[in-house]
Amino acid sequence: MGSYIAKRVLAAIPVILGLSIIVFLVMKLIPGDPAQALLGSYATPDNVARINRALGLDRSWPEQYFIWVGNLLQGDFGRSYILNRPVLDEVLERFGATLILAGASLVICSVLGILAGTASAVRQFGWTDRIVTFFVLIGISMPAFWLGLLFILLFAVQWRLLPASGMYAVYGGGDLLDLLRHLILPAGTLAIVATGVVARLTRAAMLEVLRQDFVRTARAKGLDERAVIWRHAFRAALVSVIPVLGIQAGFVLGGAVYIETVFQWPGLGQMLVKAVSTRDLLLVQGGVLVAATVYVLVNLLADVAQATLDPRLKA
Amino acid sequence: MIRKWTGLAPLLLATALALVAPVAAQTPPNVLVVGQIAEPASLDPQVSTAANDFRIDVNIYDGLVRNKPGTLEIEPSLATDWTISDDGLTYTFNLRPDVTFHDGTPFNAEAVKFTFDRMLKEDHPYASTGPFPLSFFFSSVASVDVVDDLTVKFTLSEPYAPFMSNLASPTGLIVSPTAVAEYGADYGRHPVGTGAFKFEEWQSNTSVVASRNDAYWDGAPSLEAVIFRPITDANTRVAEMLSGGIDVLLETPPDNIAQFRDDANYQVKETAGPHVWYVMLNAKDGPFADKRVRQAVNYAVNKQSLVDNVLQGTADVSAGPIPPAFNWAYNDQVQPYPYDPEKAKALLADAGAEGATLTFLVTEGGSGMLDPVPMGTAIQADLAAVGLKVEIKTYEWNTFLSEVNPGLEGKADMAEMAWMTSDPDTLPFLTLRTAAFPAEGGFNSSYYSNPEVDSLLDQARAATDPAVRADLYKQVQTITHDDAPWLFVANWKQNAVVTAAVSDFDLQPDFSLILRDVTKN
Repeated sequence: MGSYIAKRVLAAIPVILGLSIIVFLVMKLIPGDPAQALLGSYATPDNVARINRALGLDRSWPEQYFIWVGNLLQGDFGRSYILNRPVLDEVLERFGATLILAGASLVICSVLGILAGTASAVRQFGWTDRIVTFFVLIGISMPAFWLGLLFILLFAVQWRLLPASGMYAVYGGGDLLDLLRHLILPAGTLAIVATGVVARLTRAAMLEVLRQDFVRTARAKGLDERAVIWRHAFRAALVSVIPVLGIQAGFVLGGAVYIETVFQWPGLGQMLVKAVSTRDLLLVQGGVLVAATVYVLVNLLADVAQATLDPRLKA
Repeated sequence: MIRKWTGLAPLLLATALALVAPVAAQTPPNVLVVGQIAEPASLDPQVSTAANDFRIDVNIYDGLVRNKPGTLEIEPSLATDWTISDDGLTYTFNLRPDVTFHDGTPFNAEAVKFTFDRMLKEDHPYASTGPFPLSFFFSSVASVDVVDDLTVKFTLSEPYAPFMSNLASPTGLIVSPTAVAEYGADYGRHPVGTGAFKFEEWQSNTSVVASRNDAYWDGAPSLEAVIFRPITDANTRVAEMLSGGIDVLLETPPDNIAQFRDDANYQVKETAGPHVWYVMLNAKDGPFADKRVRQAVNYAVNKQSLVDNVLQGTADVSAGPIPPAFNWAYNDQVQPYPYDPEKAKALLADAGAEGATLTFLVTEGGSGMLDPVPMGTAIQADLAAVGLKVEIKTYEWNTFLSEVNPGLEGKADMAEMAWMTSDPDTLPFLTLRTAAFPAEGGFNSSYYSNPEVDSLLDQARAATDPAVRADLYKQVQTITHDDAPWLFVANWKQNAVVTAAVSDFDLQPDFSLILRDVTKN
């Protein structure tokens, strides 16, 4: 297992490097540059040239890229052009917030999705199945940013139960309870779509497993139905659900981009949106690098978990 | 299984109740929470470029001079008085004594010199704390000299009348040299000025906190502290206001103004600013090379309807390139083009431009652009009514700028644009002179050229007597109104909503946010 993990981690390096080249090229090819974003309507050629010189953007593209890689290898992610601070400081601060948001939604969508999916598979075409499927389809079909606004209007404006936005109260607060109160709405909104997907896939996987011989054998042995479902069928179904959770991790990280904007959650997604629109290349690189690394690691984790659960994969 | 869950239910319920416990009265007494439109980029006033940052900067720093509240007229601030030499090249300022920066160091002539040298001299020891994008506001400054501890002299390389209003702009705010030396490139996150509020902390994307400066030279403010919260999404910002999370809501979407106006718990504030929203018309190639066609579109578009229906009353109809906020230089004899489609059709027929096809560049958003897409569509519809076929091309803001700034020639007939400036000189000087064609490094992307206007603008720049300057700008307005280089559309009114608990809150025409006199019960 150890060498397998090492191999996977090593294999991720060219992926991430390739990604950084793509990000670099895309950012260079789209029109506009940081100088223009800084200067707005004052972006005369003279002014743009002056800013570019100050930012080192007057060098050739390959030169800029290799300087960045060279610095990166020494642990220096560079300085954000627009925010005037080290990229790493900003990215790490933001990443913590995203991790909390995405992590909470991932937990919610995994637990609820798996429970709902299993329940509806066990009672296929029964009332539970119908009700679960109904809500799951609604969840999948609703645009999350709209749902987010709706939740804000209901829970924060109408009922005044929860804060409308932010991660901590700006005055007082700052403790775990404060964080949880701010987390409920964004994490819940973000989890709704993912819950639907997980529920649908769990249902399909369970249905397939429930038709298999070993389940019939278990039942024939006279095992309690609950034991059949949870100890035998569910464990087998989980093997095909876990990679889906890995993919959902990517989904919640991606979904965080607009949820963070709606709820003013100080995370990586919101930062990336701003960094792209202001052409803040180094900040985009830093953010994408961290997000991609996490995505690779989460999927690795999912694969390892799957291998642990499924003896057939332990080669 | 169900039985097991029921045991947990009370616990879950208790947890839920604890989490959703009372939220009311979120903003603390005597602390003003301001809902800003975005996270500031930097609180170094020479590095900042956005109105969003300036709204914080002006409360932490002072400049040598400032705009008199409610106007765009200059009054003393850190300078008590000044003299201007007859040739308009030497400005000598007497500085206010006994003023200290928030870090305890004295404000003096050295600090003034440091502030301007850092921004203007590429070999300054702290030039690397930049870049300073708007330093060109002071590009006519040849040198800044310390005469004595409380006297400082600016020498200009050429007469430049907007110098005083640029000094009053946020780019002219004075920084603490000691703090810049201490924090270096990170100074923008540790700002130190002489202002009414003292910077306390900046939590990334959550809040910037500034507390009362008890030693403020102009009288300590009544508020104990101000908290600036970035809330990017306009709908969320409105929701925060409605749920009691903020006391001041900036840049309220037009759709929500009425809702607050009808509610006794809120006050809506509005002030017309030095802002111009217009559509530039390509005077070099295509139908707009003919003045009659340019005038025709000014008659064809129903500006009042755009302002009332698209912008929902958040702007006034504009008459020319100089906004009325510059009251001392504004020519109120010049009236906006009336809405007169018949006259437009007649002018088009005269010019032989009936049924012409026009390409119109529209942006999706961008600084000061208000509601650019619905505005573009409404203009397209008005022009269709007089037989002009307008094809819209929409671009994201930075892409849009890189399309428009190099010039419209061979590309488009018209393009949306908006400017917010600190002096009546800026906009016409950068966008309406022959010497400001894109090839010369200016912003005259639609190639308007009139030697008379060129000469008036040059004279105005050299005139240090405000009355003489005002007269020159008034002439510019008369001529450009007739020449119609643009479709003149709107002057934006800045708006803010404050809760009923907030008093003495006024928006300033320079779009800054002065909080030193605000109180909160």
